[in-house]
Amino acid sequence: MSAVLAATGLGKKYGRTWALSDCSLDVPAGRVVGLVGPNGAGKSTFINLAVGMLTPSAGDIEVLGARPTGRDAQRSKVGFVGQDTPTYAGLSVADHLRLGASLNPQWDGALAEQRIAGLGLDPTKRAGRLSGGQRAQLALTLGIAKRPELLLLDEPVASLDPLARREFLQDLMEAVADQELSVVLSSHLVSDVQRACDYLVVLVDSRVQVAGDIDHLLATHHRLTGPRRDAASLPGDQQVISASHTDRQSTYLVRTERPILDPAWEVSSLTLEDLVLAYMRGAPSVTERPPMEVLR
Amino acid sequence: MIWLTYRQFRVSALVLLGGIVAVMAVLAVTGPQVADLSRSAGQGFLDAFGADRAKTTIFYASTALLYVLPAVVGIFWGAPMVSRELEAGTSRLVWTQSITRTRWLATKLGVAGAGAAALGSFALVLTWWCGPMDDAVGKGYASNGLYGQPRLWPSQFGARGTVPIAMAVLALVIGVALGLVIRRAVPAMAATLVLVVAVQVVMPMFVQSHLLPRKHLIAKITQDNLAEVRAVGDVAPGATDVVIAQLGISAGRPDAWIVSNRTLDPSGKVMDKYPAWVTDCAPPPGAVTPPEQVQGCFTRLADEGYRQRVEYFPASRFWPLQLAETGVLLAMAGLVTGFCFWRIRRDLT
Repeated sequence: MSAVLAATGLGKKYGRTWALSDCSLDVPAGRVVGLVGPNGAGKSTFINLAVGMLTPSAGDIEVLGARPTGRDAQRSKVGFVGQDTPTYAGLSVADHLRLGASLNPQWDGALAEQRIAGLGLDPTKRAGRLSGGQRAQLALTLGIAKRPELLLLDEPVASLDPLARREFLQDLMEAVADQELSVVLSSHLVSDVQRACDYLVVLVDSRVQVAGDIDHLLATHHRLTGPRRDAASLPGDQQVISASHTDRQSTYLVRTERPILDPAWEVSSLTLEDLVLAYMRGAPSVTERPPMEVLR
Repeated sequence: MIWLTYRQFRVSALVLLGGIVAVMAVLAVTGPQVADLSRSAGQGFLDAFGADRAKTTIFYASTALLYVLPAVVGIFWGAPMVSRELEAGTSRLVWTQSITRTRWLATKLGVAGAGAAALGSFALVLTWWCGPMDDAVGKGYASNGLYGQPRLWPSQFGARGTVPIAMAVLALVIGVALGLVIRRAVPAMAATLVLVVAVQVVMPMFVQSHLLPRKHLIAKITQDNLAEVRAVGDVAPGATDVVIAQLGISAGRPDAWIVSNRTLDPSGKVMDKYPAWVTDCAPPPGAVTPPEQVQGCFTRLADEGYRQRVEYFPASRFWPLQLAETGVLLAMAGLVTGFCFWRIRRDLT
């Protein structure tokens, strides 16, 4: 698994406050990665560091094996769709495509025009008169027609209505399937990630709480409900993500690679939202416990 | 990148360049007429020019335009160049394409800088157009209007030659730099106006006369070379309490720029106060002073060792002084440009 994006001890300071500190994160190639976290977790700062809009105050970040603030050749490999999908209000759709063509050596004009036609956008229309969804699509077209190896999207759909949001993500997925690019998409909404991504990174307070293939994460996280008992009594291979107790009953959210054998538990699966929320509530306390003995 | 720069500048560039080209055309047409007038009117040329309202209007408007131009360039081309991209968020679009910010800025500054220089080169056309007036001033034909002032004078100097070209370029990069620092278009535009006007005031008032060594002249004050008298007191006819505060003599040709014109006492020090008898050299208008008494005053000045020291730039120093000031302005523009390139490579959000 080669990393398209590798951060080690990455930090960014604004004045005296750290927007991101000591963040270490590897993003595998060929995946559509959802970067999820609460507002202020450092998602946007991370993506801006990855695309070279910001320079790190501490640590290192490598994108496709090189520093992001590098030369033109490196920059042409990374596509970016910024927050609120900025476009030039005074330039027409066709002007934007020409902008892309003149600023990117690997520009795929045919692809761009095909996408604009497919979206039904009038090339002579000024970007300022497009709807929010259309503007986002235009920004995405610029990002994709650049033919990058990695596409970074910073909350691209945050300001869109649900329908436009769904169309945008649908469109993104199709483009990804056609072009085999790696994608990192940040969002504070789990539903966006569930729709578009196959790999999840949960970032809370600059720390990666969990990262992994979404299907695998869902298969290895379980909700256990049963008679009240102490977390220490759980087998050591079951990592407790969250726990809640009533007088007689305990509910645990655990992560384990092994099957749950204890018949006292009622085991249910999690939605992605449950999983993300559990990790967002706080860093899980990992304590060493002996593995459960298998009794014969 | 050049296409994008052109596309974003298009409207304001066409307005400004179109306007300047139109004014240049007016000068191109009227220039020969001014030359004809100078040939036909001879000594009365400057008065004849002053009586021609269309031509004086062209003269004053062109001069004013050249003084306003740098601020306009700085405000409308320079200040918004980066700040508007930051405000609209389009910096996140354009700076994440395949070219670096440095290249983006280099192209933008290159195109806008060439445009600013083209606008400023209007001053060369005005210099040509004003040629007959400058000749007339050199020959000593008098006039009251600004067109009767030597072109070396600070009032004219900044609207002639190559100085406006450099001033426009400097104003542009000042605007860009302030846009980078302030990051908001309208405050950056206001700050640009203040700073550009400050440069335009400081250069002629405090810098222009120090750019090159001055010519020095030490001479006796005579009735013939006395050119300027400043007196304090009642100047009514027949007044007796008039005190001379300053005497000035002429130096070089009438189109020289006299920077300093001071009387030295017999010990060679600059005089602050003249003896009372000096009033006889320049009697108040209407006073009945016998010519022998006036002549006696000048003789006494010379005999007692009073001399006049004049520091001035002869008319021939016009172009060297123009190039020196142009060089200073371009050097400042270079420094500001360096700052812009340094700043744009750092974080801007």
